[in-house]
Amino acid sequence: MLDWWLPENVSTYGRDIDWLFHLIYWITGITAILVFAAMVIFLVMYRDRPGRRARYTHGNTTLEIVWTVVPSLILVILTFLSAPAWSKIKIQAPPPTDFVVQVTAKQFNWQITYPGADGKFGTADDKTLLDEMHVPANKVVHVHLRSQDVIHSFFVPQFRMKQDAVPGREIVQWFEATKPGKYELPCAELCGFGHSGMKGWIYVHGAEDYKKWAAENLSAAAAPAAEEKKAEEPSKDAAVAAVPGGKAKR
Amino acid sequence: MSATTATAHAHTAHEHHELGFVRTYIFSTDHKMIARQFLFLGLIMMVLGGLLALMVRWQLAWPETAVPGLGGILKETGGVLEPSTYNMAFTMHATIMIFFVIMPILAGAFGNFLIPLMIGARDMAFPLLNMLSFWVTAAAGVIMLSGFFVEGGHAAAGWTSYVPLSSVPEYTGVNWGQNLWCISLFVMGIGSMMGSINYITTIINMRAPGMTLFRMPLVIWSLFITAILLLLALPVLTSGVAMLLFDRTLGTSWFRPSGGGEPLLWQHLFWYFGHPEVYILILPAMGIASEILPVFSRKPIFGYHAMAFSMIAIAFLSWIVYGHHMFVSGMNPSLGMAFMVSTMIIAVPSAIKTFNWLGTLWGGRLQFKVPMLWALGFVSMFVIGGLSGIFMASTPVDIYIQDTYFIVAHIHYVVFGGSIMAAFAAVYYWFPKMFGKLMNPALGHLHFWTTLVFFNMTFFPMHIIGVGGQMRRIYNPMQYEFLQHQQHWNVFMTYGALLLGAAQLLFVVNFFWSLFAGRKAPLNPWNATTLEWTAPSPPPHLNWGATLPTVYRGPYEYSDPEAADDFLPQSQPPARTGARARGH
Repeated sequence: MLDWWLPENVSTYGRDIDWLFHLIYWITGITAILVFAAMVIFLVMYRDRPGRRARYTHGNTTLEIVWTVVPSLILVILTFLSAPAWSKIKIQAPPPTDFVVQVTAKQFNWQITYPGADGKFGTADDKTLLDEMHVPANKVVHVHLRSQDVIHSFFVPQFRMKQDAVPGREIVQWFEATKPGKYELPCAELCGFGHSGMKGWIYVHGAEDYKKWAAENLSAAAAPAAEEKKAEEPSKDAAVAAVPGGKAKR
Repeated sequence: MSATTATAHAHTAHEHHELGFVRTYIFSTDHKMIARQFLFLGLIMMVLGGLLALMVRWQLAWPETAVPGLGGILKETGGVLEPSTYNMAFTMHATIMIFFVIMPILAGAFGNFLIPLMIGARDMAFPLLNMLSFWVTAAAGVIMLSGFFVEGGHAAAGWTSYVPLSSVPEYTGVNWGQNLWCISLFVMGIGSMMGSINYITTIINMRAPGMTLFRMPLVIWSLFITAILLLLALPVLTSGVAMLLFDRTLGTSWFRPSGGGEPLLWQHLFWYFGHPEVYILILPAMGIASEILPVFSRKPIFGYHAMAFSMIAIAFLSWIVYGHHMFVSGMNPSLGMAFMVSTMIIAVPSAIKTFNWLGTLWGGRLQFKVPMLWALGFVSMFVIGGLSGIFMASTPVDIYIQDTYFIVAHIHYVVFGGSIMAAFAAVYYWFPKMFGKLMNPALGHLHFWTTLVFFNMTFFPMHIIGVGGQMRRIYNPMQYEFLQHQQHWNVFMTYGALLLGAAQLLFVVNFFWSLFAGRKAPLNPWNATTLEWTAPSPPPHLNWGATLPTVYRGPYEYSDPEAADDFLPQSQPPARTGARARGH
């Protein structure tokens, strides 16, 4: 139902978000219909007619209690239902993985950096692509999100994923795509005159396809052994749970 | 109280001092004249804010085509909006509508007009401060408008002016435009502070004999609470824009990471002001609806105390929900959990108010006069705007809809369908008292129905394209493959917006035609009970005759079975024959 409305979901946690969206859609939709129906009925029934006097009442305490408690209960339940998905997507440490990419936003591009064979960022075998990210399907991907100028927002509609990139911080996000394909990656936060049209593509490959793509595009040169170059020092970010980012070995 | 008695004495002595033109119409200290000044300021700015919105809509429907009528202004492009001009247009649309239309009309005009008249005072507590408050606000408006004429254009970083986009001129190419934006809002903040201190003092100290707090009309409650929010929230913005201006011009680093600053600090400051601000825009509207519905239902408001306390609850809660604007900003996501809880809770008082409005209609004798239609329009649109807010309160859902047109739909249902519809309700309802003339009901009906239909045509599809993923503040949706299939909605909405704009001409005609050629208004054209309807239309300087009115009952005594008329004015003494004063 209503899938024509939301873009197709192709991420694992997108299902949780869509489920909540539809739940709230039905709750608010039914509430709206009931309120409007009551209103229309009252407007017709109690329209001014000669010889009728309005009912003289100042209110009803029982009703006040009912319509305070019932919405409160619904909203509290909704809060409890929303909490686990939020916790899973944003609060808890992301599921472990050996697939980490660094995304650095700038006016008006996404720079996608792969750590190369040594699995470390800031080494000579890093490979940076512009506005293009390739990932395998059914694999947890960690995104280390940065910005080098203004605030941007990493938005992948089909993944139900959004996170602002804030200069001076590195924010770790994750996703797991479930279906190969080509998905748009727009910037969702106003970032200047080129904001509109700042977009990239995320290519989700099947496992074999991805290996092929990586072999052709990432491992161009034999990676020199772990010789750490000091690039931009990773900024510490108290807001993001510590993750084993960049430590994975291939 | 001594000031009141002093002016009362002056008045009884029939010292009818004629004030000159300047003191009567320009630098007036009369709250009713200041109210009219605020109203005209708001209505004039609404024309500009509306035209900016139409430019934005034109670009979204027919990207990069010449906007009709703009060829003369944007000579280099022949009327086509460039991305930077487009960013400026939506930034200034929101800035003007929020700070120079809704606030001046609801809080400025109706706050000024209604507070003394409805509590039975002769004027505000500090009439001179009141005058200053208007002229400071007007100066802020002039400063804001001047930004359109400086090199680099006006502010283009959104009305939220997120740093570092707004704090570093190189990122937008805007220089003095953004500075003037900061200065204007700083000045406006000072004007608002003067007004809010005045409102609070007047309501606390200058109520007529018998006007206890719980006999105050709900619109006065709403303005009282709004004034408190204004007093506490606006200084945060005022400080914030000062810091932003210093970052831009003096090289400070409040918000610049390279200098040890923190971009999210701006968002915390902005939304700590910004969320109470939303309630500053909607509370007076709720008060206006609560005033109009009983009059045209000929019935007491349902649950007066619940109405008053729910507004108080909203005021308290409004301070602890602001973080829901920042769920995906990089703010600690655990805080997001806390803000989700408070945001869900703040929906409860709004629900209570809606149910009480319905309760007021129940069993009434409903008269569909023009102000009533607008008040009903307000309630209906506010229901949609309130319910769509629940999507955003749920943090996981907000991940997806944050920064999409769903948010744009929500805010317009609340501030256009809510605040602006209530503002029209208030103009139609109090126009006879404000200007002493009756407005044309036929034009009023037509204005209402066209606005209601075209409003929904313009804003309802925004929910749909927002759920489809269209980001707000983008220049051209056709640049995105996943949005192209819903472009027809953008065209549809723009037709709606153009018709919505055209429909407002009905109001302009009605307003000015009634002002100059309308029939003279009687004392109490709607048979209402509150005090302002006992003063002449329009009320003279110092409002009341020799003595202040005395209040004997609550504000909504309609259809009391023991009374002959179907309304009992607040100031009508109880009948001597043992009849009790009703409604506390």
